[in-house]
Amino acid sequence: MIDREQVKKVAFLARLELTEEEQEMFTRQLGSILDYIAELQRVETEGVPPTTRAIEVNNVVRPDELVVCENREGILENAPDRAEDFFKVPRIIED
Amino acid sequence: MTSTAPPTVQYEAVIGLEVHVQLSTETKLFCRCSTRFGNTPNTNICPICTGQPGTLPVLNQQALDYAVRAATALNCQIHPQGLSKFDRKQYFYPDLPKNYQISQYDLPLAEHGWLEIEVEGEAAKRIGITRLHMEEDAGKLVHAGADRLSGSTHSLVDFNRAGVALCEIVSEPDIRSAAQAAAYAEELRRIVRYLGVCDGNMQEGSLRFDLNISVRPAGGSKFGTKVEIKNLNSFNALQRAVEYEFTRQVDCVRSGERIVQETRLWDEATQRTISMRSKEEANDYRYFPEPDLVPIALDSNQIDAYRQRLGELPAQKRHRYCGTLGLSSYDARVLTDEREVAEYFEQVVALDIPAKQAANFLNGPVAAYLNETRQSISQIKVTPEVSAELLALINQGIISNRIANELLPGLFEAGGSPRALVEERGLTQISDRGQLEEIVNEVLAGESDSVAAYRGGRTKLLGFFVGKVMKKTAGRADPQVVNDLLQSKLAEQPTAPPPEPESAAEPPEAPPAVEDAPLEAATEAVTAEAGSAEAITAASEEPDTPVSHQDAHA
Repeated sequence: MIDREQVKKVAFLARLELTEEEQEMFTRQLGSILDYIAELQRVETEGVPPTTRAIEVNNVVRPDELVVCENREGILENAPDRAEDFFKVPRIIED
Repeated sequence: MTSTAPPTVQYEAVIGLEVHVQLSTETKLFCRCSTRFGNTPNTNICPICTGQPGTLPVLNQQALDYAVRAATALNCQIHPQGLSKFDRKQYFYPDLPKNYQISQYDLPLAEHGWLEIEVEGEAAKRIGITRLHMEEDAGKLVHAGADRLSGSTHSLVDFNRAGVALCEIVSEPDIRSAAQAAAYAEELRRIVRYLGVCDGNMQEGSLRFDLNISVRPAGGSKFGTKVEIKNLNSFNALQRAVEYEFTRQVDCVRSGERIVQETRLWDEATQRTISMRSKEEANDYRYFPEPDLVPIALDSNQIDAYRQRLGELPAQKRHRYCGTLGLSSYDARVLTDEREVAEYFEQVVALDIPAKQAANFLNGPVAAYLNETRQSISQIKVTPEVSAELLALINQGIISNRIANELLPGLFEAGGSPRALVEERGLTQISDRGQLEEIVNEVLAGESDSVAAYRGGRTKLLGFFVGKVMKKTAGRADPQVVNDLLQSKLAEQPTAPPPEPESAAEPPEAPPAVEDAPLEAATEAVTAEAGSAEAITAASEEPDTPVSHQDAHA
């Protein structure tokens, strides 16, 4: 089960601002997801090695070859703010 | 100190290092952007490294290869649990475009390694390596509106470095002193440079250190509260930070204060560590497996192949130079510091030059020339072949050390064959006894006062006569023959008039020892005992002691 305080903490870590109603809603929704996971956890996994993926593929690599991105301007333009060649962000507040 | 004084508790430092090594790949870890340092801000960026939706990272083969190479050289086990994976480390900071860093958490590329360090005056020591993992670098922040973070009005971000391939190498807490910490960092740099996996450029941040340090009563087994220190970008900063922090923590403990577990910053300007925020609430990075990247799983054949290809590493070279070649540990350390120098040295030795002579030549005049001209040894015109030819000319008695010394500047300037140069300029050594005897006779005839003084017991004057002979022959006389001749001539009439009083007109005590000091000893010979006949010997029997030798190259 998940309580409202945990939801608020997760929201803070993800830098999400939730209203009272949203906190209430997400506590309910996340709770039901966790219930479902709890159900999965009842499956007998004795002797089954843990895995981190669903497909058996390893070692996918690419050669170390330079390709210059053509849309640098597009990336800079897409940012909320820029200062010539830089992305511009609000002052970092040391809280 | 009196025996009644209360015993003071001695403290020791317990130190672990985290080193970030930038891998020398052409492109970033997960995208095809350039890694070039110093480009216009935000030119090495693409949708992948700036975290645009819908993009897919793919691992750089070369980065993986370099990381496995480094891990192998550090005696690590490659993914001992059978595979290695990437994870997302989540935190918010404007230098991190995706709001997570792709790193490795519970299944790092390699674990359980060690490297060997050598600190002057201590036995070689193994420092354990806990783990080595791959991760991407963050971007660079420029704080505008003020030169300090606190006063800035906004920040500017350059993502050129974001996504560049790093290896993080974490040591065990096996380090006990500032000198050991520096030795560890230096050895690590040496190894990655030998392997060619990192350029080791400290100014450009290719190697960065974080330090974990705590103190405890010497010999204890419990750890004290550890403090992490960041922002160490040079060996010197690392060493100073250890010294400063050790003293600070010991003072703290002695005065009964509690040491706070925190992150501190090394401040280069004031040479102290300053507190950042204390780690009361530990960061919650919420690591989870990176779903966009598949695991790394090398088979045992591949891992063995890395081991086979490794080549000789600095520590192995040091052992071989001391053991098989009979060099001092100082010489071995200096020669193996850079792979290029070690290889140069080995080529000279392969051309039948005695190891000690080659070492002295490299650590002496060659090192001085490299220092002076800021060149690397592979760039200079005095190639290993030229060096070997020059040294062989001395060993064959064709030229004296003095002549070799005179030839060197020209050889550094223009290269060419020392043998041809010697023939062209008629610089061959005069070894003919008859010819030298005439010159010796002339010299002695013109210095009757000194001859008398010598025979009166001032045998140190031998060097003065040698100097005179050398001067007359423009340095071409074979010093050994001259020595012999002079000694026998001067001994011919042992009965002489009583010696004059000490203060009587004595010939100036020229520094004759330099007349034919071996090439490598040129610098210290100036201060050598005047008239010491030992200095005038074959180049292979160099007269210097390890101490004076070190001084000359300090």
